Amino acid sequence: MDTKKYPVIWLQGAGCTGCSISVLNAVSPRIQNLLLDEVVPGHQLNLMFHATIMAGQGEPVIEVLRDTEKNCKGGYILIVEGAIPTAENGAYCSIGEKAGRHETIQQSVEELGRSALLTVALGTCAAYGGIPAGKPNPTLCKGVKALFNEKGIETPVVNIPGCPPHPDWFVGTISVILFSGAEALDLDELARPKLFYGQLIHENCPRRADFDKGKFAEKLGDPGCLYKVGCKGHYTYADCPIRQWNNGVSWCVKAGSPCQGCVEPEFPDGTSPIYEKITFEDLLWSQK
Amino acid sequence: MVTKIKIDPITRIEGHLAIEAVVDDGLVKEATSAGTLFRGFEIILRDRDPRDANRLTQRICGVCPTAHATASALCLDDAFGLTNKIPDNAKLIRNLIFGSNFLQSHILHFYHLAALDYVDAVGVLGDLAPFVPRYEGDYRVTGQKNAELVNHYVRALDIRRKCQEMLAIFGGKMPHNVGIVPGGITEKLTEDKVTNFLWRLNEIRDFIDNVYIPDVIAVAKAYSDYFEIGRGCQRMLAYGGFDLPPRLLGEDKSGGQLFKSGVVSPDLQPEEFASENITEDVKHSWYTDSSSGKNPAQGETKPDLKKKQAYSFIKSPRYEGKVCELGPLARMVNNYIQGDAKVKKLVDSVLGEFNTGVNTLFSVLGRHAARALESKLVADAMVDWLTSLKPVEPTIVDSQIPEQGEGAGLTEAPRGAVGHWITVKDKKIDRYQVITPTAWNASPKDDKDQPGAVEQALIGTKVRDKDNPFELVRIVRAFDPCLACSVHLLDAGGSELGVFRVV
Repeated sequence: MDTKKYPVIWLQGAGCTGCSISVLNAVSPRIQNLLLDEVVPGHQLNLMFHATIMAGQGEPVIEVLRDTEKNCKGGYILIVEGAIPTAENGAYCSIGEKAGRHETIQQSVEELGRSALLTVALGTCAAYGGIPAGKPNPTLCKGVKALFNEKGIETPVVNIPGCPPHPDWFVGTISVILFSGAEALDLDELARPKLFYGQLIHENCPRRADFDKGKFAEKLGDPGCLYKVGCKGHYTYADCPIRQWNNGVSWCVKAGSPCQGCVEPEFPDGTSPIYEKITFEDLLWSQK
Repeated sequence: MVTKIKIDPITRIEGHLAIEAVVDDGLVKEATSAGTLFRGFEIILRDRDPRDANRLTQRICGVCPTAHATASALCLDDAFGLTNKIPDNAKLIRNLIFGSNFLQSHILHFYHLAALDYVDAVGVLGDLAPFVPRYEGDYRVTGQKNAELVNHYVRALDIRRKCQEMLAIFGGKMPHNVGIVPGGITEKLTEDKVTNFLWRLNEIRDFIDNVYIPDVIAVAKAYSDYFEIGRGCQRMLAYGGFDLPPRLLGEDKSGGQLFKSGVVSPDLQPEEFASENITEDVKHSWYTDSSSGKNPAQGETKPDLKKKQAYSFIKSPRYEGKVCELGPLARMVNNYIQGDAKVKKLVDSVLGEFNTGVNTLFSVLGRHAARALESKLVADAMVDWLTSLKPVEPTIVDSQIPEQGEGAGLTEAPRGAVGHWITVKDKKIDRYQVITPTAWNASPKDDKDQPGAVEQALIGTKVRDKDNPFELVRIVRAFDPCLACSVHLLDAGGSELGVFRVV
């Protein structure tokens, strides 16, 4: 049986590389399986460009972008990590140079986005702007979908938010694409796969019983529900309490720290102060 | 013949970096290093709850976020008046969280960022992306040893992941831990966590002792000319890091830190470090000249994007006006010269292997060796920290945000010394400043036109093949630059930023 290979271009904009590092933490399959093996029988990723791990550098790797766009039109997956700074025509983030011309992340995402099979906006920055788009958003950062909408680019976008996203959310989304096809992805109105973002943190929280009994932590380090020390689990949709993090070792609330709402489009402005109790108004916007 | 070699992007580093070298008759005459991403973190931090800085500054860098969590916690402890109240357990657990990140970062750096410059992955795996395209030619490790190194590249992926899993025991999750907060740590200390942590740590220590350090030595033997390449400024600066409670100081009560603070001059003389001697020049950076030469605690930075001589978003931090190198090499040299017996033994054992002296440490291979030895130093110390924990004692003290206050948090990140400074006004962040190690190492020329540390390491290098300039990328990567860290650091004060080209 022929292996179907999906070329992958992974671009990094205004971000911290934390999403890549999180994906390196994948357990089953591990990152080496994602890079070298058939992820599901007959289907394999082919990572053509990723600035943190690729061997090459300089102009030849920028040519890889052009070649992939030209030779694999409509057949490659574009993964974007980090927000897109759009002020000054994108000059705040250049990803390289070719023939004396700077490639801004904005140009690259637009050009490569147009011809991609699908674009994955990995992490809250790429999905919605995230911290670089935090008030006063000095470089006019945007998420990929907002940029596509503005430029009339119709390539489908899947958002996998989180600061960082859980590696399983990424690997699981790729699995749906390889196993059943991109059209099989069941997305919510924020373009997130319902498979991972379908339930409130609060619904599945192991400290839920404390909330129901009115047993609240008054300060950090106390036992009890973390509502009074700022937990945003009441309006945050993710499966962290069930899945847990880093191979099931822990997660924010288990470690005694409130959920920061890092998968939500309002992160960080709408979900802060991080250690202050949520208000009635917070719950109202979250119902929208 | 004079040629210009431009490498943009420099890959296999954290962030966005471009390097340009002017090569005359095969020798690098001039070199520039420039960051190409700007996010404006300090601008975003203004007017927020001070405690949030501890979470948000981690997002400066996803490779070593706990460096910022630690510096920020120390900075907020200071501003909140908690510095002398932090429980011993909290100091130790912060160190264990941060130490786990050190090991993750160093192992990732050698195997996944640097190794492909020395190891022939294509020879084992075939012509496979992302291992092609690449520079062709100078791959000197062959046969069985090369296959073993490629195998270790893959195995190191598991080990670095396990460092993150170990970190999460007390840190909650990685990247971007939630455990470190002003006042201490949020997780409960229980015996089962100590044992769980210890056995994960043992596996990682075994890898460092029996795989990582031997691999660095094997690569060094094949590329021994790189003990002579990339010498740099040779002035080694460390702020000091990993605070230790008195119970761990033993007989040597002189320093309360694993990494000693200090400055070692090129003639190997130790000096005391004082943060007021730090200034930041901006002659070759896109900021107004009037802001040049100020201490970070007073510096107000105003962008000036039309400056002809500017070529970087990074400012030029200097110590007493001098160029310094920061990082594992700077730390090992400072501890060595100050007489730390453990470090002396580790460093001398490697120098003995090559029958060479301390001066050869100032090189590409010296930086890789220092990073590997430091991994052992930290990993071994973590056993002591872990076994010194006292589950019955507290791990956090209560804290209040002051109406007004100032704080500073200085520590050592995997890539070198890092500092956070805060001014609190009306219980909010009025001013937040971060200076990162890569800002020092990858800085442009200063007001006296002295090139930065990476630039100096490049200048004078012989480039054998201008189409495959291995020497340049090996020099740059040996510093383990983190550009997301270094280019966020200006405080634009709300000024208009003009149209410009990012170099």
